[in-house]
This record gives sequence, structure tokens and C-alpha cells, in this order.
Amino acid sequence: MADPITPVLTKRWLSPNSWQIGQYEALEGYTAVRKALAGTPEQLVQLVKDSGLRGRGGAGFPAGIKWSFMPPNFDKPHYLVINADEGEPGTCKDIPLMMADPHSLIEGCIIASYAMRSNHCFIYVRGEALHCIRRLNAAVREAEAAGYLGENILGSGFDLKITVHAGAGAYICGEETALLDSLEGRRGQPRLKPPFPAAAGLYAAPTTVNNVETIASAPFIVNGGSSWFREMGREKSPGPKIYSISGHVEKPGQYECPLGTTLRELLDMAGGMKDGIPLKFWTPGGSSTPMFTAEHLDVPLDFEGAAEAGSMLGTTAVQVFNETVSVPWAVMKWTQFYEHESCGKCTPCREGTYWLAQILERMVEGHGTEEDIDTLLDVCDNILGRSFCALGDGAVSPIQSGIKYFREEFLALCESNKRELVGAQA
Amino acid sequence: MTTAVPEPGPNYSATTHAAAGPDTDVVAIAPDPEVAAGIITETPLEDIFDADIHAKAQDLIARYPMSRSALLPMLHLVQSVQGYVSQEGIAFCAKQLDLSDAEVSAVATFYTMYKRKPCGEHLVSVCTNTLCAAMGGDAIYKRLQTHLGSEAEPLRHNETAGTPNEPGSITLEHAECLAACDLAPVIQVNYEYFDNQTEDKAVALVDALQAGKKPAPTRGAPLSSFKGAELQLAGFFPEDERTYRRDVDGPSQAVETLRGAKLAQDRGWVAPVAQDVPLPEVEKK
Repeated sequence: MADPITPVLTKRWLSPNSWQIGQYEALEGYTAVRKALAGTPEQLVQLVKDSGLRGRGGAGFPAGIKWSFMPPNFDKPHYLVINADEGEPGTCKDIPLMMADPHSLIEGCIIASYAMRSNHCFIYVRGEALHCIRRLNAAVREAEAAGYLGENILGSGFDLKITVHAGAGAYICGEETALLDSLEGRRGQPRLKPPFPAAAGLYAAPTTVNNVETIASAPFIVNGGSSWFREMGREKSPGPKIYSISGHVEKPGQYECPLGTTLRELLDMAGGMKDGIPLKFWTPGGSSTPMFTAEHLDVPLDFEGAAEAGSMLGTTAVQVFNETVSVPWAVMKWTQFYEHESCGKCTPCREGTYWLAQILERMVEGHGTEEDIDTLLDVCDNILGRSFCALGDGAVSPIQSGIKYFREEFLALCESNKRELVGAQA
Repeated sequence: MTTAVPEPGPNYSATTHAAAGPDTDVVAIAPDPEVAAGIITETPLEDIFDADIHAKAQDLIARYPMSRSALLPMLHLVQSVQGYVSQEGIAFCAKQLDLSDAEVSAVATFYTMYKRKPCGEHLVSVCTNTLCAAMGGDAIYKRLQTHLGSEAEPLRHNETAGTPNEPGSITLEHAECLAACDLAPVIQVNYEYFDNQTEDKAVALVDALQAGKKPAPTRGAPLSSFKGAELQLAGFFPEDERTYRRDVDGPSQAVETLRGAKLAQDRGWVAPVAQDVPLPEVEKK
């Protein structure tokens, strides 16, 4: 049984100047890349498959399988693209990682690029994360000077160039195909799949898009092996994971625990609920994952556990709200977010989020009716599974789960309205 | 004067406006023909960007396998000159990348970080997404709206207090989740983090900015200006080594960020010890 906190990715964060190459090398940095380059790409893909590493960006797709989708032919260049467009409400793990330990991402990029035979890697960083962009650029510069990037890396014959690319403020660019369109200099709108990026991604060439935390895990797996990685977490969701605890807790922060840790355990580490005010609702992995309540304190937070309890693990962005927060208000705020960020490409999402926000705003203002609840659910049914990408699915999560667990709060808003209407008539 | 309504059908082209005769001379019938002439006439936009910006634009293009990928950074670049993306900026990008102005406009209007009106010396972004809002972000935003505007006329989203581009001027915006939820509520000034804010702290912050001071961010580089931040977003960092290092080494180790790692250290919790195992054997294909 692993310890309650297993600092792997977050271990170096405590060291002074952890973002500088000297410190990184002193703390076993750039040892994995030597080992990786001495092996073959096939061995690395097999290793990551064996480790059971699953994508840390929310979907949890097995990383090794994704890597193996890259075709063996070279009629076109291969690309590795890092999705560092962290913007899912509640999510705040990749930004501290890139600030504190940018070289672990760079080293992961070298290993993954070698495994997928890519000679150009792009890191698409959210524009608002300026300090990360700065640190990553500095890390690339240091790695180039030290011979970890460029031509014939460490005498292996492998060449790699890394380009750090700043986004410009669009949540949708976290969707991998929208990110690719954005990286090509277009509006960030998702593409129809298939073809998947491995067949036709960036510049219609074979491309793999991976999350920051996923790729930053690669050097540790190369050094420690798949069995070591599986000593943490659960059978189908192995490894450590950065849980970002925010909101009404005494000690919010980044806690890297084995997958499958429960909210009860996390709250214990985070000093419990702020000022002792009881828990009301929480998200296991960002606003796009259906909310949980105090009933779900013992749900193991891994990909299977969260799904079995009716939500999703998402990005392990644990947002904790106490009894003072109105659920319809929170749902309205999230819905306004999705309305703002809907890219407008498909009708269910563009129109649906627009109307959902208006209905919720009206309800929160106290002018709702019971019928509005049915209308909300009906609109949700017309978005879920019918929109072009997962943004639409995410948009309905807070509404459906909010009404499921807190219908009486929505009804109470209508009650006060009813009283007002009666009062006006009297 | 009546215009024939075109009827759909085989003779469609014969009944369109083209068949109705020559176009009306709108300039001639305008109340002030001189003004109308100025609006209608297409004047090619002036290239207001100097040789350095031209060189930087070419540098950006060289970083990508396909030139169009340089568009997002290039829009940041023109914004670093003018404090917003102007029509001139759009025309400049279009010319560099051999795109039409319309293609560049389509991109520039999609992303929230490209501003369509001149901005202040500083851009103040207040996170008002659900978690920050619940922790006080909404109240901070409202307070700044009235503080930078007035009770009667609060400053609205993307409006500027003071004269844009002048020292001490501030553009205020409400932002979506800024990915610092453990440090909520958060504000960014020129995309540097000011964490764990309160209404009073936020007011003191904007007061200092208006007075020409540059308070230190809790995470990020020492403040420069919105334009300065945009230049870095375009991918151009200080050439002077000392300034460069000072920016890169700006603080980041917030208590919240390190909390889990610190707790593990205090309690003696560690990840399993890794042995150096060889890479798995695979059959040669």
C-alpha cells in the first residue's frame, strides 16, 4: 500500500530554483532521456503501455495505446503536440507543474517524440499562463545549450526541435482538434473525427496530442519501470495524480496522491472544511464532471470509481463548496462560462448554452417557474451526445447533476416567484 | 423610386439588381457628400510598423513548418505595438502571411485576448468563474467596476479607466477560470498572478497601478505593461541577460502549490522507491 501522498511529479517543486536546469540535473533530471535514447521507440511504447499510464487531461485514454496509433511510414513528418491549454474550471495542476518543473515536461517531450519518431514538438500553452510560457522558453533554451535538444541529441542521431506556442484565450482550444486548428493559425474549432490526429493531425500529418501531466510522467516511468508505477493507484488507473483541492477547505493546494484516493482522505490532508461549515457539493474533476455531494465522500477518485458513481474523474480538479453556496447560482455561473466559450460551430451547443444561460439567469433572479426545470433538462437532452465535441457534453453536466441532487433548491426559487406573483395579484 | 422585387426562376439573373440599371450614386445623395466619399473610398491602410517589427514577424514565420501557424503569435506582436489589434495590425499580419484581411479578422475576433479597442497601460483581469466568484471574485469585480468608474457609471467589461496607452490607465475585464483555483480569488495584471485577493487588496492594487507604481505579483515576473506582456506572448523575451533571468526567476512557489509535497515531507510520506530496471524487451518487427 502506497503512502497517502506520493510526490513524484511534485517532489522537485520544494527545491529552490527547481525550474533551472542545474537544479533539475542535480535531482536526477535528464537521466531518463539517456536511458530512453539507448533503447528503441518500440520499447518505449511498450513500457508506457505496460505502465497503464492514462491521459491526465480528463479523458483517461491509455497513453501507450495512443502512442502506438502513430503510423510506421514517414511520407509525412510526425508531430507531438502538448496540450498545455489548461482552462477547465477548477483545474490548476499543469500551470504549477510548468512553473515549478518545466524541464520534466521537456524531458518527457524528448522521450515521447523519440518513441513516436517525431522531430518537431509543439507545446501549446494557454496565453494567460505567461509565467509558464517564460519558464518553458527558458527551459528549451537551457536544454538546447546542454545538448538535450537540437541535432543528434547526446550522440543518438535523434533530432528534436521544441516550439513553445502561446494561445490567445479560448477554452475550446483544450479540445485536441480545435487546438490543432488553432496551432495552424485558424479559429479554434473542433474537427470532425475520424480522421483522428494520428492519421491526419497537424498539417494533416500524423500527430499525437498529450496533456502536460501525462508527458511529464514519462521520464519517471522510464527510470522506475512499469511495475514501480503500478505500485501506486489502482489496477485500471495506476500511478500518482495531482489532485487540486480548491474552495471551502482550510488548506487548498496541490496534493499528489495515488489514483483512487477519496475526498474524505483529501479533506483530511487539506485540513477539513473551512471554518467547519459543512460540505454541500463538489466536483471530482472540473465543472464538466457531474457534481457530487456529501454522499460521495468515499468514492475512490480514479477513472472507474468516479464513473461508477455517476461522474467522471476529469482533471482531478476537486472544487469544494460549503452550505453557503446556492447550487442554482453555481450552475448558472458555470453555464455562463460554457455559453461564452462555445465556439459556435454546432447548433446544439451554440444555441443550447445560450438558452440554458438565460433560463438559469431568470431562475436565479427569482422569475423562474417549475416548467423551467423541465425545459432545462429538455435542452440538456438535445445537447448531450448531439454536439460536435465534448464541450456541449460538459456544459450539461452541472445542470443535470445539480437538478438531480438539489431539485428542491431550484423549486424553492420558483416558489418565491409564485408567492410574488400571488402577492402582485392580491 | 421603386425597385423591382426579383422573382426566383429561370430568368433570375435578368431580374436581379444588376438588371435594374446602374447603381445609385450613394455619395451624391448623401447629406454630406464629402464625408461620404471618405467612408466609401478604399484607402490602403498605412504600414505603421517599423523595421524591427517586420523582422520579428519574419522570425515568427521561420519558427513553424507552415507560415500560417505564426498568425496567433503575430497578432500578439501587433498588439504589443498598439495595445490592441487594429485594422492596420490585421492588414500587417495578412500581408506577412499572404492571407486576406478577412481571414485574419476571423481569427482575431475569435480569441478573447486580442482586444479590439486600445487598452490601458495595464490590463486587470478578475476571475469571476464559479469558484473564484464564490470565494469573493464577483465582489472584487463589482468593487473595481465602481472604484475605477463610479457608483453611477461603473466601468464595464473591457473598458478603460484613464486614456488608453497613457501611464496609469487600466483596462478592466472579468475573466474565465485562470487556473489558480487553490489560490482563489485571483486577479491577473498583464497576465501575472496576484493570488488570494480581497476587495481591499484589489483596490490597493489598482490604486498603485494608477499612481504609476508596479506592485510585485505573487507569482510571475515584475510588472511591465500590457504591451510588454504581449511581446513576450509573441515569443520575444528581454535580450538583456539580467532582465531575462529576473523575469524567469520571478516567484512561483506559493504555499498552496507546495502544500502536498510539504505535508508529505513533514509526515515522511514518499513515493515507492524506484529501482533501475531495463526497458522491456520487444520483438523486432
